[in-house]
Amino acid sequence: MDHVLVIGLIIGGTALLSLPLGAWMKLAMDPASGGATRWTTLFARIGGTCEEQGWKRYLVAMLIFNAIMFTVTFAILALQHWLPLNPDGKGSLGPTLVFNTAASFTTNTNLQHYSGEVSMSYLSQLAGMMWLQFVSAATGIAALAALARGIAGRATLGNFLVDVQRASFLVLLPVALVVAVLMVLMGVPMTLQGSAVVTTLEGVTQTIARGPVAAFLTIKQLGTNGGGFFGPNATHPLENPSFWTNGLAMIAIMLIPMACVWMFGGILRRRKHAAVIFAVMTLFILVKITGSVSFETAPTPAFADLPVAADVGNLEGKELRFGATGGPLWAVLTTSTSNGSVGAMHDSLNPLTGLMPMAGMWLNATFGGVGVGMINMFLYIVVAVFVAGMMVGRTPEYLGHRIEAKEVRLAVLALFAHAVLILGGTALFAATSLGQSTVQETGAHGFSEILYEFTSAAANNGSGFEGLGDGTWAWNIATGVVMLLGRFLPIILPLAIVGSLMTKRRAAESVGTLGVEDATFGIMLGITIVIFGALTFLPAAALGPIAEHFARP
Amino acid sequence: MNDIISGLRVTAATMAICVAGYTAVILGFAQVVTPATANGSLILGDDGTARGSRLIAQGFTAPGYVWPRPSAVAYDAAGAGGSNLSPANPLLAERARALIAAYGGNTTPIPADLVTASGAGLDPHISRAGALFQAPRVAAARDVAPAAVRAIIDRLAERPGGAFTPDRIVNVLELNIALDAELARSSDTE
Repeated sequence: MDHVLVIGLIIGGTALLSLPLGAWMKLAMDPASGGATRWTTLFARIGGTCEEQGWKRYLVAMLIFNAIMFTVTFAILALQHWLPLNPDGKGSLGPTLVFNTAASFTTNTNLQHYSGEVSMSYLSQLAGMMWLQFVSAATGIAALAALARGIAGRATLGNFLVDVQRASFLVLLPVALVVAVLMVLMGVPMTLQGSAVVTTLEGVTQTIARGPVAAFLTIKQLGTNGGGFFGPNATHPLENPSFWTNGLAMIAIMLIPMACVWMFGGILRRRKHAAVIFAVMTLFILVKITGSVSFETAPTPAFADLPVAADVGNLEGKELRFGATGGPLWAVLTTSTSNGSVGAMHDSLNPLTGLMPMAGMWLNATFGGVGVGMINMFLYIVVAVFVAGMMVGRTPEYLGHRIEAKEVRLAVLALFAHAVLILGGTALFAATSLGQSTVQETGAHGFSEILYEFTSAAANNGSGFEGLGDGTWAWNIATGVVMLLGRFLPIILPLAIVGSLMTKRRAAESVGTLGVEDATFGIMLGITIVIFGALTFLPAAALGPIAEHFARP
Repeated sequence: MNDIISGLRVTAATMAICVAGYTAVILGFAQVVTPATANGSLILGDDGTARGSRLIAQGFTAPGYVWPRPSAVAYDAAGAGGSNLSPANPLLAERARALIAAYGGNTTPIPADLVTASGAGLDPHISRAGALFQAPRVAAARDVAPAAVRAIIDRLAERPGGAFTPDRIVNVLELNIALDAELARSSDTE
């Protein structure tokens, strides 16, 4: 009963909060056309640019800014041992780790092949990682705003650097200030002092790492970044001290991805369409949560033959203060949204529970990452509209745009790329010593560890089955490349689709046009997601978590 | 070229506002309004030195103290982590067997939290059941009646999420400080 209550309050409460935030995001990101607002003028002056950009110019500006993001953080990480704000004297980092980490945070993934409190200076955490947690999330929101403008039939997509500042300063920063203050009030540390050294009651010396955690963890959650200040992320008591910080963090994880759907609908002036998309996404997330919580509250089979009380679920890798729902609920939210912070150790989840986070990342659109989740959903919409049009024998149209072979080819290419990055990478590493020598466990679970790592990298998620020894050069380079492709292909290809749509004349919507505001469309979209998104990965799931479940004694 | 210069200008602006400004505001707020938790919820002893953090488990081993959950990182608060063992891994059962032996080879089932490591290896809590399970040992080591230990456990046990979490838990460090303050320490707790 308490499970249903917690889930209902977190999902329902966040959905309610996302409505006003989504309305604000529409206003902030896409102020009424006509006279430029004060903010727009200011941002144009800061960036020194206000030209209206077509899809190619917008993309070029985005890629150049992202290249700067990568370079700046690469330099800060590579030089951290010579730079200030390093009270615990952290040393230098290896070059493939620096590459992997810079790629990881630039792409909004936050896969971490290091442990924050062990390896990173405060400057690296704040000016390297936390900066990217703002601007990579802002890149996603900007890309979605541009996509929506194109679909709405505007002549141009806007100006990328103005958009990225709108998203950073008007959306992410105000929400982050509010949430970070609440986190501080709930007991999360926020200090620039180095580690505390204490003498325990039994006279042992214990070194307690701390730092500017509250500011960091807030934008980590809001921007679907997910990179922890500490190695074990949100399971660490100083990063997530109580049941209440855990609840607030889960709300922060879902909030902006949900609001992005409303922003999309707002820019299109199609709120009912957005509501249908929102409902489909919510349905998927509820199915995953139900699976996760029910599989995980079963006692772990590890102790079946031992005198261990079997009145609670699987507690390995979990914190008691979050209650029984906290771990498995978080596992679904963080992977449905491309966040990737963990509130329980995913490697220790029961096998079928572990399948739920993987499914979330395979779909990557329910609700998906900040901005990019809705962009991924747009790909599914294009495919769904096309299939529906074929079924009834009409020219497929989406909001008056004719969807033809070219657009569908680009959409399928983007969805296909996601699958190839995951399955191709897994095949390579599972078949060779590159992956085989790094797994913690042999057999089906070892395969799951490799599959999860590539899934997480391609979905720009960042969580992991952390038993995997992923600190090798091969893993650093392979996942680094997969993260970059997994980030930019699903932004470039959808914008190319919109660019193609913008060159065509829009048809007037008639009674023959496929409605996008009713349950039929929602069902069609849901089926498309299941077939294209989930079934692609079924064979891999059968080799990993499903085999592991049935292989048990 | 213009894109690069514009990008660098936006880099400078976001660094100044989202990194320096944001950090300074939250840091200032935390250090003024909640300095104790902002610096790690440290617990000070009578002499003013830090004896631990309320949020970080300590690796108690003396029989007169209540023991925490096992830790995959030996309670290293400067390098936290979990075991990441899958439920099918025999090491889990092996560790549980060793712990059951350390707890005296129980015949009544041991609460599961006492044989499972948390995600960070620093979980400051154990279940109320896990604390009561240890009460006889603690009482014997301190030469007091088990009821006295149970009374302190029950006083400190709390629901972490109120009505949302029916199972009570207890903070091990706070419990052990209370035990030291209220019950005689026999020599072997030193």
